[in-house]
Amino acid sequence: MAEQKQIFGTYLFGAEAAQKGYALNNMCFTFNDKANRDAFLADPEGYCRKYGLNEEQIKAVLAKDVIGLLKAGGNIYYLAKLTGIYGLNMQDIGAIQTGMTVDQFKAKLVAAGK
Amino acid sequence: MARIIGSMSASHVPAVGNAIARGLQEDPYWKPFFDGFTPAQKWLAEVKPDVAVVFSNDHGLNFFLDKMPIFAIGAAPSYPSADEGWGIPVNDPWPGIPPLSWHIANHVVEEEFDPVICQQMLIDHAVCLPMACFFEDCGRNKGYRPVKIVPVGINTVQFPMPSLKRCFEFGRAIGRAIESYPEDLKVVLIGTGGLSHQLEGERAGHLNKKFDTYCMDCIAGDPSPLLGLSNVDLVEQAGTAGLEFMNWMTMRGALLGEVREVTRTYHIPISNTAAAVQVLEQLPRLAAAAE
Ligand SMILES: [Fe+2]
Repeated sequence: MAEQKQIFGTYLFGAEAAQKGYALNNMCFTFNDKANRDAFLADPEGYCRKYGLNEEQIKAVLAKDVIGLLKAGGNIYYLAKLTGIYGLNMQDIGAIQTGMTVDQFKAKLVAAGK
Repeated sequence: MARIIGSMSASHVPAVGNAIARGLQEDPYWKPFFDGFTPAQKWLAEVKPDVAVVFSNDHGLNFFLDKMPIFAIGAAPSYPSADEGWGIPVNDPWPGIPPLSWHIANHVVEEEFDPVICQQMLIDHAVCLPMACFFEDCGRNKGYRPVKIVPVGINTVQFPMPSLKRCFEFGRAIGRAIESYPEDLKVVLIGTGGLSHQLEGERAGHLNKKFDTYCMDCIAGDPSPLLGLSNVDLVEQAGTAGLEFMNWMTMRGALLGEVREVTRTYHIPISNTAAAVQVLEQLPRLAAAAE
């Protein structure tokens, strides 16, 4: 993976992120159960610590910092379960990551279909 | 002998589950997507398959990073779904057909592929939603299960991933396995996911209509130009979640004969996704011409 081409704004999830992000992704995997989602909402930081997240990961979780979560090894297939708890849909997190408003982000999607 | 009658491919987007649950098929946002399934449903009513072999990727319901198979074949009597964490309704189970699953597993391993064989497997929206869209009544009538399924899982989540060429070759082995199954069954192949989309990173919202059209042309005609494409090339063109096109390529590999395109729909956007529906009919082959 080391020598492959770089693609702007794109995080390929492989050996490095898979190890670095294991605890974070493992926590997100628990959010398939409603009881765990409720427990997270009751005490987000405590829940993160219970699953062994590091400080970088905890900070990104609490700040809803999606780019920070990716840099901390998060995988979008699992992170989406976390952003769902926060009530954010894919256009909301698209806007957060691209620095657009949600309406601007939606307009960008529609424009791609023209 | 079992016969592959064709393939149906479609994007899978969790939001579709909510749209079905809320009956939004005629809503202006959703109509262009759901209308794409109407010709497919008409074709299904004519061909009446007994079994669907469904090629998809898990989204953190059945598999996690603790054990992530490159290829997995379901061999369960029944495939339940479960809460995926993002609030879409849980679907009723789909019945399996273990003798066919084991036949496929035996055959592909003989051909030197090494899938994980799963006697228990949860299916997520990547299986359930395309099934509910193609077999329309499944969305409205929870108990309606017109086919048995064999789910085939492909890792599109974590590098290293199999190449498009490898997926295609694995599909070919599955096609030969199905066509050597002694029971008279009509089998339809279903490939789900894609087309272009990227949910994460500063490039979130990336879509590529031109590339997707090219991919659908290759699926309908000659898929060989896609075989040289690396997974990173695929990400560059179609976005990170565009890797799910691997599911389509595996499906396409299992079509061993000549095909005719029955229908194609392409619509941007459904959620952040370029949503596509494509149906191919496999033309009947003379026994002597079979591989
Ligand atoms: Fe997906």
